[in-house]
Amino acid sequence: MISILAFYLFATVTIASALAVVFARNPVHSVLWLILAFFNAAGLMLLLGAEFIAMLVVIVYVGAVAVLFLFVVMMLDIDFASLRSGFTRNLPFGIIIALVLLAEMVLAVGAWQAGPALSGRAIPATTQPNIVALGQLLYSRYLFPFEIAGLILLVAMVGAIVLTHRRRRDTRTPNMSRQVRRRPQDAVRLKQPEVGEGVSL
Amino acid sequence: MITLAHYLTVAAILFTIGVLGIFLNRRNVILMLMAIELILLAVNINLVAFSAYLGDLTGQVLAMFVLTVAAAEAAIGLAILVIFFRRQGSIAVDDVNRMHG
Repeated sequence: MISILAFYLFATVTIASALAVVFARNPVHSVLWLILAFFNAAGLMLLLGAEFIAMLVVIVYVGAVAVLFLFVVMMLDIDFASLRSGFTRNLPFGIIIALVLLAEMVLAVGAWQAGPALSGRAIPATTQPNIVALGQLLYSRYLFPFEIAGLILLVAMVGAIVLTHRRRRDTRTPNMSRQVRRRPQDAVRLKQPEVGEGVSL
Repeated sequence: MITLAHYLTVAAILFTIGVLGIFLNRRNVILMLMAIELILLAVNINLVAFSAYLGDLTGQVLAMFVLTVAAAEAAIGLAILVIFFRRQGSIAVDDVNRMHG
């Protein structure tokens, strides 16, 4: 009973906050609604027994992606009012498209026949925790895709740094390679000046 | 009893809202990226629901990869957005065809 109530609560809040993301006037509010949607989607996944993915959604989406969005929205001085100019013009067309898409998907879900393995079967009770089972699968059968996922993250990190890094002209930073390349015989000269005479460099 | 169809319906509605967000905010790239995140979240809910109801963990592994790609996509997209804003002083998508190198 409580799980049914929890499902409807999480589902309603997820959908309502997703709508608020799209329709909010202030982009900062959009990001905050997005965080609420992520939290409730994590709740939905928790109800399914996928604890690890639920925690991953909270950590990755809320902790990293949403904060990244928040940073960009707050850091850039963007005139958001002018960006909404096409909003009302696109509204009827967009809603028609969305309704058609939703009708198609609901029809597909309704017409889809569950296989014998699926019809009316309860969630099987697993003997080991979700995280243990997932870890065993990830580090044995899906090891190569897992490594590739790590590589994708590395490429994304390097790409983001390369894209946004800029060399500032108004600071004087040491030139490392020039400093290392410099040899003593180029830099130091020994002189024995006569008494009363200076050294010409 | 909550069945698979319930979860699929929630995911379908979430996906539709994401598509609607892309259509409505045609000029605002940040909101478009957020709508893409919503779409990927709907896909993840679908994957996890199928994985739980089939008793097969492969769906959750796949959901993790989707999560990885979503994070990478958000990082790169926002980085491109930042340099575009630095260059143009605006993020309107209509101006993107003006970026010549």
